[in-house]
Amino acid sequence: MTLKEKQEQIIEDFSLYDEWLDKYEYLIELGKALEPFPEEKKTDDRLINGCQSRVWLDTQMSSGRLVFTADSDAIITKGIISLLISVYSDRTPEEILQDDFSFLDALGLKENLSPTRANGLVSMIETIRAKAAENE
Amino acid sequence: MNIREQFPQLERKVYGKPLVYLDNAATSLRPRSVIERWTEISSHSTSNLHRAVHHIAAEATEAYEAARDAVRDFINAPQREEVIFTSGTTHAINLAAWSIGEAFIGEGDEIIVAESEHHSDLVPWQMLCRRKNAVLKRLKVDDSGHILTDALKELITPRTKLTCVAHISNVLGLINPISEIASLCHRNGVMLLVDGAQGIVHQSVDVQSLGCDFYAFSGHKMYGAPGTGVLWGRKDLLEQMPPMFGGGEMIETVSWSGSTWAPLPRKFEAGTQDISAVPCFVQAIETMKQMPQDTQVRDFVYESLMKMDDVTLFGTTDDLNEKVPLFSIAVKGAHHEDLALILDKMGVAVRSGQMCAEPLMDRFGVTGMLRASFAPYNTMNEAEYFLSSLRKAITMLK
Repeated sequence: MTLKEKQEQIIEDFSLYDEWLDKYEYLIELGKALEPFPEEKKTDDRLINGCQSRVWLDTQMSSGRLVFTADSDAIITKGIISLLISVYSDRTPEEILQDDFSFLDALGLKENLSPTRANGLVSMIETIRAKAAENE
Repeated sequence: MNIREQFPQLERKVYGKPLVYLDNAATSLRPRSVIERWTEISSHSTSNLHRAVHHIAAEATEAYEAARDAVRDFINAPQREEVIFTSGTTHAINLAAWSIGEAFIGEGDEIIVAESEHHSDLVPWQMLCRRKNAVLKRLKVDDSGHILTDALKELITPRTKLTCVAHISNVLGLINPISEIASLCHRNGVMLLVDGAQGIVHQSVDVQSLGCDFYAFSGHKMYGAPGTGVLWGRKDLLEQMPPMFGGGEMIETVSWSGSTWAPLPRKFEAGTQDISAVPCFVQAIETMKQMPQDTQVRDFVYESLMKMDDVTLFGTTDDLNEKVPLFSIAVKGAHHEDLALILDKMGVAVRSGQMCAEPLMDRFGVTGMLRASFAPYNTMNEAEYFLSSLRKAITMLK
């Protein structure tokens, strides 16, 4: 599935829920389903700044593609980073850098999360972009 | 008149649900009287204070000074010039820290600060200690959140100059024994500054019977205008303290060879003050006096939270008379931020995070807490809705 196709799929999944609480349920499920993240990787250099909860992002290069794994101590945040990983992991740096991340606006995530959380989301996006730029 | 009708924001809906505002410890809502007074001054009586001789200047000055009288009366300060207007508690404590530092603190002197303080009553003292090479000492709290007053006796030495404690912690919601701490301090020649940001809201404050030397608080938590606050200090101390800010209004004479300071309170009120907001203290205090003194909501929420599985309440007591309706909790298996986000979508506004008290979070071994803080305009229905929403949120997260 291309990056755009994956984004469209998520937008469609999200649109199934009218109520924000149901959207949270969906994010919570995504968070719970995220692969376990090794404790020893929960280091300060992997922490994403600007979130009220702690979010760790690990980046590896594999055959020219960026592979992201992540964790958070808050489950909704974990769901959001899981959603981002499902779109941006296993992509080339060029694919990531060409994307404008506007699919998040279509989800309404930015406006509907609390300001501190929205900041966290912005930090997550910036970190993913920065990792892509580093490895371009 | 129904008290809720006085607060227009209580009519609001969020996400289509009635707003249940339980973040009053961060800021209270504004009553119509304050909003109207602010608008009235901004519309009709805008002029700078004290300086000019024209009619409107006199009106503005009168409104501003009436607020000083109202505050003096409200906290039973011995003299009106002891009431210094600031932009809030943070400004008040920073002003106190700077000026106390210049007047009374030297190298090796000690300042004692309680472990349960808000950053606003900790960081300014850290800054002062760094500036003067003074020593900052920590007054601990026990597991229930009570200040260890016995430990204070041990902490005080001949080098101790000042103790700083909150009247009520913004995290624990316990009323600290200020009078007892004050007499202990004074017996040893130590000054006492009280952070009254929460205390002014929940207690009838009499600075003389409390026996403290300084008392700082904000207008916006007691239904007044944001950007207003008060530093009350004993006149004999304030007179020895140099001003922090220089500028208009705070001087007696200015020449190239030097300047002299205006008498209190103007010495500490340099520059143009918040001429629309400060006068609203009069209406804020009237509102405070009208508020019902009901403890039903407090007792109900306290007992319900104590009974809930997986919920730890911080700031517990056998005597509910020393607890205010401010509840900080941690929930096993549910992150405070997740809980706050879900509650928000249910229309409940609560606070999550470190509550500007990072050392206290460390003390209790948590990364943050969830805080619900009630005002007298919150109802039993809202309390019940909060608790059932909390239960629902916990279930969602498990």
